Amino acid sequence: MSDEDIVKEFLVESYENLDRLDQELIALEKDSGNRETLASVFRTIHTLKGTSGFLAFNQLEALTHVGENLLARLRDGQLTLNPEITTGLLSMVDAVRQMLASIEATGSEGERHDEKLIAALTSLLEAKKESEAMAAPAKEKSSQTAAPPPARSPAAVPANEDQINHVVEGATQRQPAEPPHMKEIPSTRTAAEPSQGALDAPSLQPPARGQSASDSTIRVDVGQLDRLMNGMSELVLLRNQIVQYTNSTDDSELLGTSQRLNLLTTELQEGVMKTRMQPIGNIWGKFPRTVRDVARGCGKQVRIVMEGKETELDRTIIEAIKDPLTHLVRNAVDHGIETPELRRAKGKNPEGLLFLRAFHEGGQVNIEITDDGAGLDFERIRNKAIQKALVSADQAARMTEREITNLIFLPGFSTAEKVTNVSGRGVGMDVVRTNIEKIGGVVDVQSKSGQGSTVRMKIPLTLAIIPALIVVSGGDRYAIPQVSLLELVRLEGEQARKGIELVNGAPVYRLRERLLPLVYLNRELRTESKPPDAATSEIQNINIVVLRADDRQFGLVVDEINDTEEIVVKPLSKQLKIINTYAGATIMGDGKVALILDVMGLAQRANVVGEARDRSLTDKEQPTSPGAAERNQRNAVLLFQYGENGRMAVDLALVARLEEFSRDSVEVASDQEVVQYRGQIMPLLRVSQVLESKFRKTEDNAEESLHVVVYSDKGRSVGLVVDRILDIVEESFVMQPQAGRKGILGSAVIQKRITDILDVPGLIAAANQSQLLARAQA
Amino acid sequence: MAKTKQFCTFFLQDQFFGVPVEQVQEVIRYQEMTQVPLVPAVIRGLINLRGQIVMAIDLRRRFAMVDRSDAQLPMNVVVRTGDGAVSFLVDEIGDVLEADEKDFEPPPQTLQGHSRELVRGVYKMHERLMLVLDTELAIQTESVNSRGAN
Repeated sequence: MSDEDIVKEFLVESYENLDRLDQELIALEKDSGNRETLASVFRTIHTLKGTSGFLAFNQLEALTHVGENLLARLRDGQLTLNPEITTGLLSMVDAVRQMLASIEATGSEGERHDEKLIAALTSLLEAKKESEAMAAPAKEKSSQTAAPPPARSPAAVPANEDQINHVVEGATQRQPAEPPHMKEIPSTRTAAEPSQGALDAPSLQPPARGQSASDSTIRVDVGQLDRLMNGMSELVLLRNQIVQYTNSTDDSELLGTSQRLNLLTTELQEGVMKTRMQPIGNIWGKFPRTVRDVARGCGKQVRIVMEGKETELDRTIIEAIKDPLTHLVRNAVDHGIETPELRRAKGKNPEGLLFLRAFHEGGQVNIEITDDGAGLDFERIRNKAIQKALVSADQAARMTEREITNLIFLPGFSTAEKVTNVSGRGVGMDVVRTNIEKIGGVVDVQSKSGQGSTVRMKIPLTLAIIPALIVVSGGDRYAIPQVSLLELVRLEGEQARKGIELVNGAPVYRLRERLLPLVYLNRELRTESKPPDAATSEIQNINIVVLRADDRQFGLVVDEINDTEEIVVKPLSKQLKIINTYAGATIMGDGKVALILDVMGLAQRANVVGEARDRSLTDKEQPTSPGAAERNQRNAVLLFQYGENGRMAVDLALVARLEEFSRDSVEVASDQEVVQYRGQIMPLLRVSQVLESKFRKTEDNAEESLHVVVYSDKGRSVGLVVDRILDIVEESFVMQPQAGRKGILGSAVIQKRITDILDVPGLIAAANQSQLLARAQA
Repeated sequence: MAKTKQFCTFFLQDQFFGVPVEQVQEVIRYQEMTQVPLVPAVIRGLINLRGQIVMAIDLRRRFAMVDRSDAQLPMNVVVRTGDGAVSFLVDEIGDVLEADEKDFEPPPQTLQGHSRELVRGVYKMHERLMLVLDTELAIQTESVNSRGAN
C-alpha cells in the first residue's frame, strides 16, 4: 500500500467517524450520562490522533490531543459534559474537518491557527478540574475502575445504568476505532460470549492500516460490486443456455466441459454474492440505543439481547429491512413490554426482555423479534377491528386467535391506546408487512396473552438471482418466485372433472378439507388458452400451483408446470411496471424472455387479498347479487348534465379540476377547439357532440362560459365540455355494463336516477376517431 | 455552409420515417418476442437483446395503422431513451440519410391525431418527405391516445 493509499483510506474512515461524532456529541449533550457514547467518542478522537501522528499531520495531532485529554476526563467522570464543553468539542470537530479537506485537496493540513481553539479546550480542561475537584469524591470509585492509560482505552463502563445494561467491550489493542455497535454485548449473556463477540469483530472489520503487512480486507466501491454482480448474472444466464444446449448433444467431451462450467459458475456465483453480504449486526447495532431511548421515553426497563448478529444478507435487503425492523423493535418496547410496576405485579422481572435472533434456514434468513411483554390483547384487537369496521361483529366472534393476530396487519390498524411519539402514528404493521413482502419475505406474529409476542420474518438472501418455478400458460412461460410457493397439486382423470367446485361462481378446490380459492392464470392475464369448459368436457389434467400471498393461500391454475430454475431477475421498464402483475423478467435457457409473476399483485388482481378483501369483509353484510359484489362499491363520482336531460357521471379520481372558460378564450388549432390552460394548449371535447346525443342541446349562445371538466393523464390535459355540473356524490351503486356505446362504460342508478357512466379514455379515443373519419371524408 | 443531420430511416405502411442516428442503438432483424399480457396492445412484447431485456413497441399500432400481415415480419429499430433501450417495430429499414436543416418544416396543420403528436417535423427530401419520429413520445404507451389503437 502506497502512502497515498494510506492517506486516502485515513480520510475515508475519518470522514465517516466525524459524521458519527457530530451525532454522538449532540446525543451526549442531551444525555451526558451515556458512557457508551462517550467511550465511542473518545475512541474516535483517539484513533484520529494516533493515525495523524503516524502520518505526521502534526497540527491535527496537536488539536486532537487536547480533545482527547478533555474526553478522557469526561469518560473517567472527572468532568461532566456541559454545553460549553460540547461546543468546544464540536468546534474541534469542525477544525478537524477543515484540515481533512485540506489534506484531501493539497496533501497537507494547510496553514492553521488553531492555538485559540486549543487554548479554549485546555482552559475548559483546567477550569473544570478545579470545580469538579469538590464533587469528585462521589465519582472517585467509578473513575478508578475506568482509568487505564488512555492510549489503550479499554473503557470498562460501570455496568449498572438505569435502564439498559451494556458492557462496552473495549476489546481494542488494535488501533482503529470500530463502530461502537461491534462492542455492545449485552451483559446478561454468559461470560463466554463477550469474548466471542470480540473474536468475531476482526473478520467483519477492516484491520488497522499500517499495522500488519498481511492486510486481509480491502474497501471496495459498492458500484464495483454491483457491476460484478451484473456480470455474474449474465454468466449464469449463459451457463443455463449452454447447459440446456449440451444436454441435447451426444458429444461427451462437450458434456463434460459444460458440467464443469456449470459447477464453476455456481461456485463463482456464490462467491460474488458473498461479497455483497453484510452481517445483520450492521443494522442491529443501533437498536440498543433505540431501545434505550424508547424505554426511557415511556418509563420502562428493557434489556436487549441479540443472537446471530453475524448472519449475513445481501446489502440491498439489509437496506430494505432496516426500517421495518426498527419499527418492530420500537413497537415491542412501546406496546409490548409493560411498565416495571405492572410487571412486578404480574410476578415478572421488572426489566423486560427484547430478544432478537437471526439465523439461516433453507436458503432464507429468519429474523425473530421476541418480547416477554403483555402479548397481544385479542379482545381489544377484536373490538378495535369491529369499531374500525374492518370486520363485522359476527365475523370477529368466529375468528380464531390466529386470525385475530393477522388483523393487526390491516392498513389503519393500531391498538395503542395512547398515541405516543414513537408509534401509533398510523404507519403500523401493514407498512412493515408491505415492505417485507416487497422483497419477497413473509412476516408472521405469534402471541400468548401475558407472555409476550414474537414477530417472525423470513427474508430471501438475495434479490438478484432467485429460485423460481417455471409454468406455462397460454403458450408462454412465466416464472413464479419459489418463496411464494407452497405446493403443487395435479388433478388427473376423474379428479380433474370433479375436484373443482364452485362457490357462488368462484372456483375452489378442497385441499386437505380446506377450501382453496382458485385463480386461472390465463383468465387473469387474458391470454388465449383452451376454453375452461374444455377441462370438464374432455378429461384433462389440471395443474394447481398453491401459492401464499399475504398469509392467504390460493391455487393458481396453469396449463403446464415445468421445472424450478435459478433465474436472474431483470427489472421491467416503467411502462410495464404500472401493471403490478409482474415482478420483473428473466431470460430462459433457450434465450427467450419470460415474465416473473408478482404473486402479491396477482392475488390482488384476482381479489384474493388486498384492498378488495378489506372491503369485502364488510360488504358481506349487505345482500349482493352474484357477480355484482366487485362492482358494488362506494364510488365518488362527479355528476353532470349533458343534453337537455341526460345525466352522466364520471369517476372523481379521473377529474383533475373543474374550470370555467369564457367563450372568447376558445381558439381553434388544427380544426380542434383548444384553450390556453396553465401554459399548455388543452384540447376541448364537447361531450354531447362526441357522444352524438340525440338530445343535444341546441347551440345557443345564452351561456357565456363553458363548464369544463379537466381530465389529466400523464401530464396532458383534456377538457371535457359539459352542459352543467350537477353534483359530486359518493354512493354505492351497481353499474350495468353497456356494450357498443363508445365513451360510455355503462349505466347505474345514482341519486335514484339512471345515470350513464362516462369512459373518459374511450371518449377521447372516440373523438380522435371521428376526427380521423371526418378528415378522411374531406 | 449548410448544416446537415443524419437519420436512420424506415418505412411504415407507405410512410417514410426518420430517427436521428445518434438515438439509434442498432437495427436488427425480426426477433422472437414474449408477449406481455394486460399491457396496451402497442407493446408487442419483450426481446432478449444479448442479455438485455428490451420492450418492443409496434409503431404501426402506435400510429393507429392497420396491423401488418402475419407473413410480414417487422424489423427492430432499437433506440436509446430515457427509460433504457426500446425497440420500435417497423416494416422495413431504409438507408441512413443526410438531411439538410433548411429542408425542415414543422408538421403541417393537416396532420392530425396520432401523427401530429408523434411527428416532430418533416424533411423535404429529394424523392419524398421524411417524417421525424419523436421517440420519447412514441414510447409513452400509457398515454391517452394509444388506447384508440387497440
